[in-house]
Amino acid sequence: MTPARKKRLGLILLMVIGVAVGVGLALKSLDQNIMFFFTPSEVISGKAPRNKLFRMGGMVVEGSVNRPGDGLTVKFDLTDNEQHITVQYAGILPDLFREGQGIIANGKLNESGEFVAEEVLAKHDENYMPPELAGMQSKQENTQ
Amino acid sequence: MIPEIGQFALLIALSIAVIQALVPLAGASLGVQRWIALARPAALAQLLFVGLSYACLTWAFISHDFSVLYVAKNSNSALPLIYRISGVWGSHEGSLLLWALVLALWTGAVAVFTPNVPSAMRARVLAVLGLVSCGFLLFIIITSNPFERLFPAAAEGSDLNPLLQDIGLAIHPPMLYLGYVGFSVAFAFSIAALISGQVDSAWARWSRPWTNIAWLFLTLGIALGSWWAYYELGWGGWWFWDPVENASFMPWLVGIALMHSLAITEKRGTFKAWTALLAIFAFALSLLGTFLVRSGVLTSVHAFASDPGRGIFILGFLVLVVGGSLTLYAWRAPLLKSAAQTSLLSRDGALLLNNVFLTVATSAILLGTLYPIAIDAMGGKISVGPPYFNLMFVTLTAPLGVLMGIGMLIRWKSDSLGRLGSKLKIPALIVLVLALLLSLALPQWIWGAYLGIAMALWIAVTAGIAIYERFHNRALLSTLRSTPAGFYGMLLGHLGIGVFIIGVTLTSLYNQEKDLRMAPGDTYSVAGYEFTFHGVRDFNVDNYVATRGGFTVRSESGDFKVDLFPEKRTYPVQTMPMTEAAIDAGLARDLFIALGEPLDKEGAWAVRIYYKPFIRWIWLGAIIMAIGGLFGASDRRYRRLARSTSVDTEAAERAA
Repeated sequence: MTPARKKRLGLILLMVIGVAVGVGLALKSLDQNIMFFFTPSEVISGKAPRNKLFRMGGMVVEGSVNRPGDGLTVKFDLTDNEQHITVQYAGILPDLFREGQGIIANGKLNESGEFVAEEVLAKHDENYMPPELAGMQSKQENTQ
Repeated sequence: MIPEIGQFALLIALSIAVIQALVPLAGASLGVQRWIALARPAALAQLLFVGLSYACLTWAFISHDFSVLYVAKNSNSALPLIYRISGVWGSHEGSLLLWALVLALWTGAVAVFTPNVPSAMRARVLAVLGLVSCGFLLFIIITSNPFERLFPAAAEGSDLNPLLQDIGLAIHPPMLYLGYVGFSVAFAFSIAALISGQVDSAWARWSRPWTNIAWLFLTLGIALGSWWAYYELGWGGWWFWDPVENASFMPWLVGIALMHSLAITEKRGTFKAWTALLAIFAFALSLLGTFLVRSGVLTSVHAFASDPGRGIFILGFLVLVVGGSLTLYAWRAPLLKSAAQTSLLSRDGALLLNNVFLTVATSAILLGTLYPIAIDAMGGKISVGPPYFNLMFVTLTAPLGVLMGIGMLIRWKSDSLGRLGSKLKIPALIVLVLALLLSLALPQWIWGAYLGIAMALWIAVTAGIAIYERFHNRALLSTLRSTPAGFYGMLLGHLGIGVFIIGVTLTSLYNQEKDLRMAPGDTYSVAGYEFTFHGVRDFNVDNYVATRGGFTVRSESGDFKVDLFPEKRTYPVQTMPMTEAAIDAGLARDLFIALGEPLDKEGAWAVRIYYKPFIRWIWLGAIIMAIGGLFGASDRRYRRLARSTSVDTEAAERAA
């Protein structure tokens, strides 16, 4: 091999190693950081993981929002029009959090089957519908 | 009448764009001077008509013409003038028109400010830009006409999204677009070079200032968006790895890679094919960003168009542009063979490594951004959280910090380990010790903080050495005069990164946040500051109602006191609540208060209090980087005429 070829081979090897390390790292951390999305019905039927964060989306049930105790903790029910699950969250709710509104929460299930949210997301648009819930809505319209 | 003029102007602009795309291209390959000469006037005429169309839409906003559907949807008679002007790009149709206008502006600038580029080359560049413009104008005319009439006219408009009624966000899109779209110039130069088969590296020199300027606007645009998210969304965060943020961040990263690889290609005539490919990638990622934002495949504040037809159009355009460019590349790239030999241990090698890390980091972000979309297409629903991006990005860019310091001091072509080692040994030791002392002064020891501070110091110290090497033993004045502006641009760009690293490290590791319930009279202590809540009052302002909370913040030592007034606003037309945080900003720390919601009848509120050390350094770093970009672009040698090329290269080599 000529020195020039050697050098080129070195360069290519370097790049291959870089890319391989990058891809390996990416796949590993992707695997650990993916959050799956479930509807309340799926959660109740036991599809959601235990002891792992996941996302749950649905409509906030009218009249279900309450604050047990005098602190920040808030509880509300989330429904996909079939089943509902109680969500508890200690923190400040987003501006557009309202009863009847579609929201998404990240969190885990606790022992008593309640969803403990670490984060509650509602989007900044009055007519916003999370795409994950759009299917749900049209199902509802069909039945009406 | 005026909206019709606007629409008509758009049609004329499209026909001019078609001419601008085809005639000069044919002229340049057939050698017909007259056809080549058409490029410049066509580009300027296109700018004129797109500008006219844009002015018409702005006029419709200013004059409250609610018979235009787009105006009726995005304006209101109570909307202040400034937001009526910025409201033009407040939603899908108008922001695309802004895209087209920015492209026309860049095209016009290329037509005027390239006296040193041969006319055939300029004609090809303008033709490529014309092709891009055809795509976007067609897109606007076919799927997203901003001048569509509403009959009967609405009596009142349904108001601009309150989130957009803010000065930071009003100028965020134009800045971002100037950056995004600006990469089309480097793309056009690269494509033109591939078409012409021109094998020297002159095109790299021509595209450098344009790439710098596009990148600096993108930097400012992203920084503005981040700053806005920080004070407006009320979450106190400055980066969320939201897919739309990623969409602007990926071209930014590839833009950095491109600026560096253009430097090698210009100075050493090597890596030509790679540089051409990067220019294609940078623009392709800008288009991908446009697709992600505009097609509605994303769940995001930015995704306001959810019309599948639009998504398919942009996707088709993206495939056409990227596919076409890559085919051309595969066919022509062998022509761009590099003659010079390079050693890995050289500035060339360091820049190459920089490119490897940046492209891999970009790919990791691309993977995390597109993966959920791909899974969604297959019927699954997942999301990729910030931990993935943080881990990947920090791991892949940390080596760049070390490399940056070496890169400023290493020689072109080839260097020796011995020389570098003896030069860097002492500075490295100083950095490690100094960083140790600084981190010990922090409230608690965190390894990440030590590494972040060491990295920032390393960049600063090596930049200092680079200055010393240039100036010592030389006459100050003549060295000042002979030092190219690009040198200062490089220093500032790197120092900006250092400042940014300090900001990110200290904010992420030492910020304190507290969500709590506060009744009037309550006092709560965070990070040595006492926050006292006095209750809320309601105020009526222009087009919204504000509930304003009163807070007094005192430092525990008693020498600092400030009153802060966070607000909760309601915009009656869209009945949308908005959080307006109150911030006491400082170079060393921000104090941040946001109101949550009322908790009970006694006037208690959910309150969010943040203590954010050094967060301003994040945006300060971005501003310094942008100034660096400006210095780089203003280098004298880009403005000289083509014939002095050889002399110039020698001068540059000596300077380096």
